[in-house]
Amino acid sequence: QQCPLSTASNGSPPQVAVIGSGPAGFYTAQALLKGHPSLQVDLYEKLPIPFGLVRFGVAPDHPEVKNCINSFTQTAHNERFHFMGHVEVGKDVSVAELQQAYTAVVLCNGSSNDRRLGIPGEDLPNVLSARSFVGWYNGLPEDKDLVVDLDCDTAVVLGHGNVALDVTRMLLTPIDLLAKTDISQHALEVLSTSNIRKVVVVGRRGPLQVSFTIKELREMINLPRCRTVVRKEDVEDIKDKLDSLPRPRRRLSHLLYTAGAEPPQNYRDAWAEATHEWELRFLRSPVEVIQRSNSAQMEGVRFTVNRLEGTDFAKQKAVPTDEEEEIPCGLVLRSIGYEGVPIDDSVPFDAARGVVPNQNGRVTGRPGLYCSGWIGQGPIFVILGTMNDSFATAKVVLHDIVEGRAINKNAGGREQILPMLQQRGVKPVRFHQWEKVDKVETVLGAERGKPREKITSLQEMLQIAWSPV
Amino acid sequence: VELEGICVFCKQVSITFVMNDGEKVEAKAKVGDNLLDVVIENDIDIDGFGACEGTLACSTCHLIFKPKEYNQLPEPPTDEELDMLDLAFDLQDTSRLGCQIIVTKGMEGWEVKVPAGVADAREPS
Ligand SMILES: Cc1cc2nc3c(=O)[nH]c(=O)nc-3n(C[C@H](O)[C@H](O)[C@H](O)COP(=O)(O)OP(=O)(O)OC[C@H]3O[C@@H](n4cnc5c(N)ncnc54)[C@H](O)[C@@H]3O)c2cc1C
Ligand code: FES
Repeated sequence: QQCPLSTASNGSPPQVAVIGSGPAGFYTAQALLKGHPSLQVDLYEKLPIPFGLVRFGVAPDHPEVKNCINSFTQTAHNERFHFMGHVEVGKDVSVAELQQAYTAVVLCNGSSNDRRLGIPGEDLPNVLSARSFVGWYNGLPEDKDLVVDLDCDTAVVLGHGNVALDVTRMLLTPIDLLAKTDISQHALEVLSTSNIRKVVVVGRRGPLQVSFTIKELREMINLPRCRTVVRKEDVEDIKDKLDSLPRPRRRLSHLLYTAGAEPPQNYRDAWAEATHEWELRFLRSPVEVIQRSNSAQMEGVRFTVNRLEGTDFAKQKAVPTDEEEEIPCGLVLRSIGYEGVPIDDSVPFDAARGVVPNQNGRVTGRPGLYCSGWIGQGPIFVILGTMNDSFATAKVVLHDIVEGRAINKNAGGREQILPMLQQRGVKPVRFHQWEKVDKVETVLGAERGKPREKITSLQEMLQIAWSPV
Repeated sequence: VELEGICVFCKQVSITFVMNDGEKVEAKAKVGDNLLDVVIENDIDIDGFGACEGTLACSTCHLIFKPKEYNQLPEPPTDEELDMLDLAFDLQDTSRLGCQIIVTKGMEGWEVKVPAGVADAREPS
């Protein structure tokens, strides 16, 4: 009995180009290959190596999260899958060219930009974006030379999301624990000379609006040698509201309440001996990074104190008051959100939200073009959410292929694209070539007692990938 | 000793997985394994299941128990398991993470439900 899918494209198998090899790209590819017996997927990635933020975002001390790489690798070994690394879509090949060569094109290029604060002093040395700081400790080639000065007592992290807690944890985790992770050696060396004793994590709204998740908060509370400081007056009122909150928000808020208002004995014992501390501060918006007089260095950050307006907790707005506050510090990490960047002029882009506008994964007004993951939904998901979104988009793509909506009858796939790339002097890195880099990294890591030591130079990556053996 | 592919000394129970399209898949579950192992050993096809390989870092192994059976589970969920469950889609009062549930003899004939994914909630067209 013949599968209805295989007849959908007049015999020749559908060709799908997926752009970006993070979780969205791999989960989309996985679901497409599974949902159709002959469909082919070519996965384009601008870096020579795969996995996006799983490799360059997820913190080194979260190795379990990276286990999804094993299932991505399985997908990559499917004979109907081809990795096209070191090809930047929008520069080496355009989306329009890909659309001509493929039945469907799925954008999975993530959100690689970080939002700026737009305040005076933002460009002072040691005011860093969390994105670059993360790239720096995770060995992202473009961030490997970031100048990070940790010769100060206090750091301020701006933002109340998971990335803010990740960077806070990296600043406060004992160095011998970090040394056993796949953190990049250059970052490990700088962090081992750190004098930072305190990190203040500041958000513009209140404890009921934080966007980090409870796992990350609990990790901070249990961090060795580190005290959690949450002001009692900030969380006291939460108690009465707990019952009205949905379960995830209720448990998270309860933990915040406990940490600030009623810490159990085991917390208090651990905190009493702590040499380091992190503090959560609420209802503060930064207005200036203050420069020390006669010096290029910062002195601290000046904040406006906010109050909340509105009755629905989830939608309460921060409104500035006349009150101000300064927090002295020597390092600022801004972590107020990632946003997508337009990949190509031909792709519609919602600049305000930093996403590609779409309905159910179909890019608005562009038949045959789809998106999934952060580029379509914004940077709101953990990998689980990205996975679900990608499965949903793949389902839509398969549906459209069957219905004949996404049919480009002349789709020649990569055979059509490869000559163009060659003409432009672009040579794709294939998956088995990445696996050579992977091997080298694992061996280098083993020498240092780490799961891997990442190669951080693009040139070196390419050299290993293209080496004859 | 193997008899028709089944080790006669292993204690096994049968557990039924109710897929989100309603299909029932019966699995042979070894006592002492966790439900992620059971899904893998029985080749049960659940998209994305077990992404973190049982390390309590993903919640893709989310399963929903019948209330009566939920109450018979030997160990209550730890805070860490509840933390991960809080992120799961289609979360219910009787939800657990499969990788944290160890099969016992008492589970013979149990039925666990595979939660709906976002893909099911969002119909194309
Ligand atoms: C610092 C940080 C820590 C995180 N930690 C966790 C965690 O612990 N647990 C968890 O579940 N989730 C975590 N997340 C979230 C998780 O990383 C995201 O949900 C997921 O990576 C989003 O997947 P994506 O594929 O949409 O984007 P990405 O992972 O960003 O992948 C996009 C890919 O597209 C490529 N690309 C971009 N432009 C082009 C182009 N023009 N041509 C070709 N390729 C291109 C990029 O190089 C990249 O490989 C974290 C995120 C960050 C930022
Ligand atoms: S497999 Fe990831 S939490 Fe169970």
